[in-house]
Amino acid sequence: MKILVCITNVPDTTAKISFTDNDTKFNKAGVQYIIGPYDDYALARAVELKEKLGGTITVLNVGEAESDPQIRKALAIGADDAIRVNCDPQDSYFTAAQIAAIAKDGSYDLILMGRESIDFNSGVVHSLVGEMLGIPSFSPVMKLDIEGSTAKFAREIEGGKENLEAPLPLVLGCQEPIAEWKIPNMRGIMTARTKPLKVVEPVAVDELATLDKYTLPAPKGACKMIPADQAETLISLLKTEAKVL
Amino acid sequence: MSILIFVELDNGSIKKTSLEAVAYGAEIAKVKGTTATVLAIGNAEASELASAGAYGASKVLHANASELATENAMAYASVLAAAVQQEGAEVVILPKSGLCDSMGARAAAKLGASIVSGVTELPDLTDGFKVKRSIYTGKAFATVAVKGAIKILGIKKNAIEAIAGSGSAEVVGFSPALGGGDFVAKVISQEKASGELSLTEADIVVSGGRGMKGPEHWQPLLDLAQSLGAATGCSKPVSDLDWRPHHEHIGQTGIKVAPNLYIACGISGAIQHLAGVNSSKVIVAINKDPEAPFFKAADYGIVGDVFDILPRLTKAVKESK
Ligand SMILES: Cc1cc2nc3c(=O)[nH]c(=O)nc-3n(C[C@H](O)[C@H](O)[C@H](O)COP(=O)(O)OP(=O)(O)OC[C@H]3O[C@@H](n4cnc5c(N)ncnc54)[C@H](O)[C@@H]3O)c2cc1C
Ligand SMILES: Cc1cc2nc3c(=O)[nH]c(=O)nc-3n(C[C@H](O)[C@H](O)[C@H](O)COP(=O)(O)OP(=O)(O)OC[C@H]3O[C@@H](n4cnc5c(N)ncnc54)[C@H](O)[C@@H]3O)c2cc1C
Repeated sequence: MKILVCITNVPDTTAKISFTDNDTKFNKAGVQYIIGPYDDYALARAVELKEKLGGTITVLNVGEAESDPQIRKALAIGADDAIRVNCDPQDSYFTAAQIAAIAKDGSYDLILMGRESIDFNSGVVHSLVGEMLGIPSFSPVMKLDIEGSTAKFAREIEGGKENLEAPLPLVLGCQEPIAEWKIPNMRGIMTARTKPLKVVEPVAVDELATLDKYTLPAPKGACKMIPADQAETLISLLKTEAKVL
Repeated sequence: MSILIFVELDNGSIKKTSLEAVAYGAEIAKVKGTTATVLAIGNAEASELASAGAYGASKVLHANASELATENAMAYASVLAAAVQQEGAEVVILPKSGLCDSMGARAAAKLGASIVSGVTELPDLTDGFKVKRSIYTGKAFATVAVKGAIKILGIKKNAIEAIAGSGSAEVVGFSPALGGGDFVAKVISQEKASGELSLTEADIVVSGGRGMKGPEHWQPLLDLAQSLGAATGCSKPVSDLDWRPHHEHIGQTGIKVAPNLYIACGISGAIQHLAGVNSSKVIVAINKDPEAPFFKAADYGIVGDVFDILPRLTKAVKESK
């Protein structure tokens, strides 16, 4: 079983979002970075599958050297080796093309990703990669087992879930409760230091989307407090003032 | 050159967010002096599909092969790409949803098209083709210059107001060749709550957190939701604890909703929860703790016990009808 897990290096979910350079760059000052939470679920399930079935896990990130601490963390959690495509990812298509270029050479049985990145929230890279490789892709996957060369998995659909079976290889975008997030142990952290991290240069891709500028939402007005003993007035306020009922 | 819009069907009816997508595409068509064509996949009456005309579409392509009766992002992507080619479409609009993100992306890879998901406003066409999209889970926006010859956009709920006019669209059958590779997955079973309002489509969402104390105490919340015609949601710990089904989990790692009205009951307002609701028009927080962070993100707040407040709100809604 050869598994490729694609991880993003993203600001912590509590990070304060602000911009610099005339609103053209994300302000990284004081921001803590993490493995994308969905990618972390994908990695956790990959580690469990490896424990059960044997095989190897490669982690892949398309990003700059500042991703390395998160890549090392993934190695500490249980991946065997890592590849980083050395660039500042420009858009979903570009990112997917880099991942597809790596995956083509690797003959992976399973390519696991998160359902979406928490910086750009596109939820498209898994499907782009699947199509680029000519293999099926599914998302969001909340349960995954492998039997021989068949994946048995469940996908969240509107208002419920769908149980599916498909032959490997596959690309899957994962979400909870596929597995519980794993915390690296001391031994993992020690061995991660010496596991291979290969840095490769990106392949050329046509420029399909570029960033112009960032903006922040308008600040929220003050909250109108309604005394508990007059709770009923909320309903008339929602009707006449907010006009949402 | 034309504009193509994909619409999602729910039991044969065009979804509301899809009608917004039609209005969005029709608006671009108007500016560009071209026509807006709709693509619908699955079972629906021609009269229902023709109603897309009221939102500015002139033609509806209806792909209704029996293989397409169940949602299949890969097969739908092939149909979409075939429609783009047949119509010579340069701009493709999809409502943002799990299905649309997946099929839009696979179609983009087939066509070498730009794909931008989470678009919140009409494009700026004064200097190229620029769109504003939501990023960092609603905490910021990015303006993106879209440069591909074909541009695929996933638009968020409320990106445009869909107002019905009087037109009617011509409905024509569309039967592109369907490939075996798109049908390799076997659907073993579906577990779907029937008759439930869709969370992402709903105009009102009533949502509960750990302050609801346990699954056996959910009735007052369900009653309020029912009186308002609202869908129900919950915080992550609530679905982690199995108090509520997983598909109700709202937030950073769950479903993102953008209703007109979001009512949070006994939810503290952690930043990861707010990330899933910050696109709502009006937010109400009910919490017994006056310091609960949700009040900073809300438009209306009540400090009180949910088990006292909820039944009174339900009564007030019923009396106001
Ligand atoms: C115009 C534009 C400019 C941007 N500029 C920058 C920038 O300057 N710096 C920057 O850091 N980001 C930048 N980004 C964001 C960057 O493209 C994203 O982090 C990511 O690479 C693609 O995000 P997505 O939302 O399309 O991913 P999604 O489709 O939501 O991701 C789904 C899954 O794909 C996998 N995946 C996604 N991205 C990567 C990756 N990079 N490496 C490995 N696996 C991945 C993960 O498993 C993820 O869970 C930019 C994006 C756009 C659109
Ligand atoms: C990476 C990451 C991702 C996450 N993603 C999500 C996500 O997607 N969605 C999400 O929701 N959370 C998410 N979380 C968890 C989040 O940080 C919070 O822990 C969670 O939202 C808290 O849920 P809660 O408000 O229901 O519970 P609590 O924080 O326990 O709050 C309960 C609230 O109920 C109030 N209360 C208690 N009793 C009553 C009563 N009788 N009447 C009125 N009020 C009462 C209390 O004052 C309190 O404010 C994530 C966390 C991390 C680290």
